[in-house]
Amino acid sequence: MNVVIVGCGRVGGFLAGLLDSEGHHVSVVDIAAISPARAERAWFQHLPSSFKGEPILGDGTDLEVLRQAGIEQADAVLALTEGDNRNLMTAQIAKKIFGVKRVIAKVNDPVRAQMYRQMGIDTLSRTSILGTLLFAMLMEDREVGEVLVRKALAHEEEIAHEPVKVR
Amino acid sequence: MYFVVAGAGEVGFHLSQALLEAGHEVTVIEADRRRASFVQEKLGSIVLNAAADEGRAQMEAGCSRADAVIAVTGDDAKNLVICQLAKHKCRTPRVIARVNNPKNEIVFKTLGIDETVSSTRVLMGVIEQELPSGGFMPLMPLAGSANEVIEAEIASGTPPAGKTIGSLRLPTGALVGVVVRRGKLLHPDEDTKLEVGDRVIVFSATASESEVRKALFG
Repeated sequence: MNVVIVGCGRVGGFLAGLLDSEGHHVSVVDIAAISPARAERAWFQHLPSSFKGEPILGDGTDLEVLRQAGIEQADAVLALTEGDNRNLMTAQIAKKIFGVKRVIAKVNDPVRAQMYRQMGIDTLSRTSILGTLLFAMLMEDREVGEVLVRKALAHEEEIAHEPVKVR
Repeated sequence: MYFVVAGAGEVGFHLSQALLEAGHEVTVIEADRRRASFVQEKLGSIVLNAAADEGRAQMEAGCSRADAVIAVTGDDAKNLVICQLAKHKCRTPRVIARVNNPKNEIVFKTLGIDETVSSTRVLMGVIEQELPSGGFMPLMPLAGSANEVIEAEIASGTPPAGKTIGSLRLPTGALVGVVVRRGKLLHPDEDTKLEVGDRVIVFSATASESEVRKALFG
C-alpha cells in the first residue's frame, strides 16, 4: 500500500513505523514547528530509526506539498496533526481534490468528528475512543477492548526493544 | 441584518465596528479572553468569549438565526471549519471565509465555501490597477512634510512626449528635478524637451499626486 501520513507526532510516527515494518510505502509530512537550526534532528524524532519511507517537510494543507508526498498514487491518507481543523482540511483535500479512497482524520473534538463523518469523512476521536475504552475497563467489560489492548501492548513491546542509533 | 463574526483580530474588530455603524446586529466570537474583553470595552457587549470552531459556541452565538457567518481568523484551516460547521450544523444561509494564503481560494471553493476574501488578492488587484503600463510610481514621502517623490516613464501618445517641461500642466509647486535619459542624468529646465522612454523624477505635494499623473498621462 502507498500511504501518506500528515503529522509526525507520537501517533503519526508510531503508525508510520508499523506500516513501514510491514513493507508498505510511507511518506510522512510535517511542518517545521521549531527553529530550523535545531530542527533537522527533531522534526521526525518520533519515527523509528529503521524507517525506510520518506519524511517530507512542509504544510500538509498545501496541494504542492501533498503532491510531493505522492498523494496522487496514495491508497490511503491519514491526517494526524495536533490540530483538528488542519486534519479536517487535509482529509477533505485528499478525498475531494485528489480522490483518495481511504482517508481518516484524527479529530479530538467528538462534535466535529461526528459532523464530518456525516459529510463522508472518516474521523476518529481519541477523546471518545479512549474515554469509552477506559469506561469499559472500569466496568470490567472485557469484550470492548481486549483485542485492541493486547495488540497495542504487543506493539509497545516491539518499540521498547528497538535498537537506537548512537551518534 | 444579523452577522456573526468569528475572530476578533484586527480584521474582525474593524469589520464588526463597521457593521455596527451601518446599523446591523453583530456578535463577534473570540477565543482569547484578553482580546475579547478589549473588544467588549470598545464595542459593547457583543462579544462571546469562546472558540468559534466549536459547535456549541456557534449555537450560543445564534448562528442558526444569523444572515451570515464571517470567519476572519488568521488561520485558514480554522476559517474553513468555522464556515462548514455554520453551514451544516446551524444551516446559516451565507458563509464567508477570509483566506490568508491566496492558493486556498480554489481549495475552499472545491470544499463548498463559495464566498472567500483574500486580502492578498484584493491588494494585488488595487496595485495592478494603480500601476499603468507607462509606469507611475510614488517612490517615497519626504520626511517632515506633506510632499513626495514620484518616478514616471514618458510613454508614447501621452501629453508630455516631444513637449518641453515648461509646457506641462503640472500642479503649482510641483517640479521635475531630474530626467533619466538612456541611463544618463539630465538637469532639466523649462526648455528641456521630453522624449518617449525618459524617466522623470517629480517632486510634488502628496495631495496633488493625481494632478501630476494627469499632466504626465493625460
